[in-house]
Amino acid sequence: MKTDIGTAGPGRQTEPTLDDPILPRMFQVRRIFSETADSFSCELQPSDGEVMHFSPGQFNMLYVFGVGEIPISISGNPDKPKLLVHTIRSVGPASKAIRRLKRGDLIGVRGPYGTGWPVKGAEGNDVVIVAGGIGLAPLRPLIYRVLAEREKYGRVALLVGARTPGDILFQRQLERWRGRLDIDVLVTVDKAPRSWRGNVGVVTSLIPKIRFDPATTTAFVCGPEVMMRFTAMELEVRGVPTSNLHFSLERNMKCGIGLCGHCQLGPYFICKDGPVLGLDKIKKLMALREI
Amino acid sequence: MEPKLVLDRHQFDTFFESLHKHGYEIIGPTLLDGAVVYAPVDSPDELPVGWTDEQQGGVYRLKRRGDQALFGYSAAAHSWKKFLFLPTLKLFEAYRTSGGPEIRHPQPDVRRRAFLGVRACEIASMEIQDRILIHGTFQDTAYVQARNAALIVAVQCLQSGGTCFCRSMNTGPEVTRGYDLLLTEITGPQKHVFIVDVGTDRGAGILEGIALAKADEADLKHAGDLVDEAAAHMGRVLDQNGIKELLYRNYEHPRWEEVAKRCLTCTNCTIVCPTCFCTTIEDVTDLPGGKAERWRRWDSCFTLDHSYLHGGCVRCSGLSRYRQWMTHKLATWIDQFGTSGCVGCGRCITWCPVGIDITEETAAIRSSGDASSSIFGKKGE
Ligand SMILES: Cc1cc2nc3c(=O)[nH]c(=O)nc-3n(C[C@H](O)[C@H](O)[C@H](O)COP(=O)(O)OP(=O)(O)OC[C@H]3O[C@@H](n4cnc5c(N)ncnc54)[C@H](O)[C@@H]3O)c2cc1C
Ligand code: SF4
Ligand code: SF4
Ligand code: FES
Repeated sequence: MKTDIGTAGPGRQTEPTLDDPILPRMFQVRRIFSETADSFSCELQPSDGEVMHFSPGQFNMLYVFGVGEIPISISGNPDKPKLLVHTIRSVGPASKAIRRLKRGDLIGVRGPYGTGWPVKGAEGNDVVIVAGGIGLAPLRPLIYRVLAEREKYGRVALLVGARTPGDILFQRQLERWRGRLDIDVLVTVDKAPRSWRGNVGVVTSLIPKIRFDPATTTAFVCGPEVMMRFTAMELEVRGVPTSNLHFSLERNMKCGIGLCGHCQLGPYFICKDGPVLGLDKIKKLMALREI
Repeated sequence: MEPKLVLDRHQFDTFFESLHKHGYEIIGPTLLDGAVVYAPVDSPDELPVGWTDEQQGGVYRLKRRGDQALFGYSAAAHSWKKFLFLPTLKLFEAYRTSGGPEIRHPQPDVRRRAFLGVRACEIASMEIQDRILIHGTFQDTAYVQARNAALIVAVQCLQSGGTCFCRSMNTGPEVTRGYDLLLTEITGPQKHVFIVDVGTDRGAGILEGIALAKADEADLKHAGDLVDEAAAHMGRVLDQNGIKELLYRNYEHPRWEEVAKRCLTCTNCTIVCPTCFCTTIEDVTDLPGGKAERWRRWDSCFTLDHSYLHGGCVRCSGLSRYRQWMTHKLATWIDQFGTSGCVGCGRCITWCPVGIDITEETAAIRSSGDASSSIFGKKGE
C-alpha cells in the first residue's frame, strides 16, 4: 500500500504507516538440516499464519536478530507454499547465524522480492536448466513447476555442476528426478576421488550430451558469474536465441526493494529488475569489468 | 492567479513569528564554519545578512555583498536532503523476549519544518528523490513523513554561482512549482522587499494577519529582470544532448583513467549531492540487554563496501567507482527514474577537494567519445 503524497509539492500531513516495507515479518523455524558440508536448508512457517506465495526465482531478505539481513532465494516448491524453504551456504556472519537457529526460533523475513524465472514464456519449448553450486537452490522452484506442468514443455534437461561429489546439492532428489523418463539429469564435478564414476569437468561440457532444439529452447542458468558467462556463450553458439537465455544475478543488497542503491548493474537494479534477467539485456554488461 | 504581494524586510520578524505560531521549526541559511549552511534559525538576524559566496572547482569562499540581502548567496554547502532523507535513521528496534525477538517501530519524527530559502534546483532535487523514495513500488516511510511535514518557502536565485549549471539541466534558476511560498528579494538604496507568490493554501495561511501590500508593475518587472539576469550568468554548462547514449557508448574510454588518477574516492561529491540516495545498514546490539537496533545511514558508491560481494568487491578500482557515479547521475538514472540524477547545483564541483568537475568530464568524453553502438540492450538504446 502506498501513502499518498499527491503531487510532488508539499501539502498534507500523513499518518505514520505501519506497513513500512523495511520491517520484517516473523517466521518460525520448523526444521534446519544439512545439505552438504557447508550448506543447509531451513523450513520456515509464518508466525501470523499467513503463507507466502512466490514465483520461482524470487528471493527473501532474512534477518537474524542482532546479526544482519541477507538476500536468499526461495528454494521450495511454489505449489506448496505452506513451508517457506531456503537453501543457504554458510559463508559469513549472517548465513552462519541462520545455521545455528533451532526449531521454534524466530527469524525475520521480508519478501518475496524480484522477478522470477519467466517460466510461462518457455511453454512449448525445450527447457535447459543449468546450475552451478548453490545456484541450484534458486532453480529448484522452477524445476518443481516445470515437472508439475510437464506436458507444457518439450524436452527438459537439468545440468548440475559442483566442486566435488560431496558438494552436490539435493542429491537424493536429483537421483529421483534422474529416474524419471521425462527429464535428463546430468551432473559433473570439478574434482573427484577415483571412486567417482560420473562426469568430471565444467558444467558447459555437459551441453553436448543433451538433446534440444536450439531455436525453440529456453535456458535458465544460475551459478558463479564466470560459469554463467561460459554457459551463455556455449548455448548461443549452438543457436539458442539470446532472448531465450535467462540468468539469476547477484549483487550486494541492503534493502531488496529498490531503495538502497547497492545492487545496480548498469541501468538495472538487480533486486527489482532482477535477479532474473534475460541475456538480451545484460550481454554487453557481462562483457565489461567492474561494472 | 493570486495577486503577488510585497513583504517588507521590516516584516520579516513577523513572518518568522507567524511560522512559529503555525508550529513550524524554521530551517534556513546561516553562517557556520565559513560557509552558508541550512540549520535551525530562530530570527532573521541569524540569516547570512549581507554575505555571498564565491564557488569554483574545489573552492568555496564567503564574501561581503554591497547590500544587506538575506538570500544573496548561491547553493549552500549541504542540501535540504539531510532534513528529508536523514543521514542516520533508526529503522527498528528488536527485543529478545521469551517468545523470541519482537520488533518495534520507532516513533516517527513528525516535526513540522519550514524550509526557508529553497532554490529551484533544490525543489527539482526533492522531486527527483520523490520519484525514488515515494513513487516507486516501495516507499521510504520516514522520507514520506518528513516531506509531507515540510513547508517550502522558496527564493528566486538572483545570482548564480560559479559552479552552477541548472539551466543546462532545465531545473532553474527560476522557481516555477513545488513551493508553498516563493520570495523574490529586491534590495535597493531606498527599499528592501520581497515579492511573495503564494503556491498553496498552507502557504497562504502563514501570511494571514500580516499586512502585505500588493506588488505593483514596477516591482514585478524588476523581479523578472533579476531572474533573467541570473539565468544569463551560469557558471557552467553541461550539454545534455544525447547524454545517455553518449555515456552508454563510452564505458571504456581513456578519460576514466585520467579522472581516476585525480579522484581520491573521498565520497564528498555523493554526500553533498542533493539526489544521491544510497544507504547502508548497521546493526547495533546490546546483547546482555537483549536489544538490537537496525540503523540506516548514507552510503556512497565511492566506497569499496558499496559493491561488496563474496568477500571482495565488484568495483574495486577508483576508475570503476567514478565511472559508476557519473554514469549513474547522468545516464542510467534516466532509464531508472525517467529523469537525470543531476540538477546542476554544482556542489560536487565546489566540494571536491581536487576540483573534479562533472561538466568538464562529460565534455571531455563528448569531444573524443566513441560513436559505436551502445553498451546496453533495449533499455539503453
Ligand atoms: C538475489 C540473491 C539471492 C541469493 N540467494 C542465495 C541462496 O539461495 N543461497 C545462498 O547461500 N546464498 C544466496 N545469495 C548469496 C547470499 O546473500 C550471501 O552469501 C550472503 O549475503 C552472505 O552473507 P554472510 O553474512 O553470511 O556473509 P558475508 O558477510 O557476505 O561474507 C561472505 C564471505 O566473505 C568474507 N568476508 C566478510 N566480510 C569481509 C570483508 N569485509 N572483507 C573480506 N572478506 C569478508 C566472509 O568471511 C565470507 O567468506 C543470494 C544473493 C542474492 C543477491
Ligand atoms: S551531480 Fe553534482 S551538480 Fe549534479 S545535482 Fe549532484 S551535486 Fe549537484
Ligand atoms: S570526485 Fe572529488 S569529491 Fe567525488 S569522490 Fe572523487 S575526489 Fe571526492
Ligand atoms: S538491494 Fe537496495 S536497491 Fe536493490
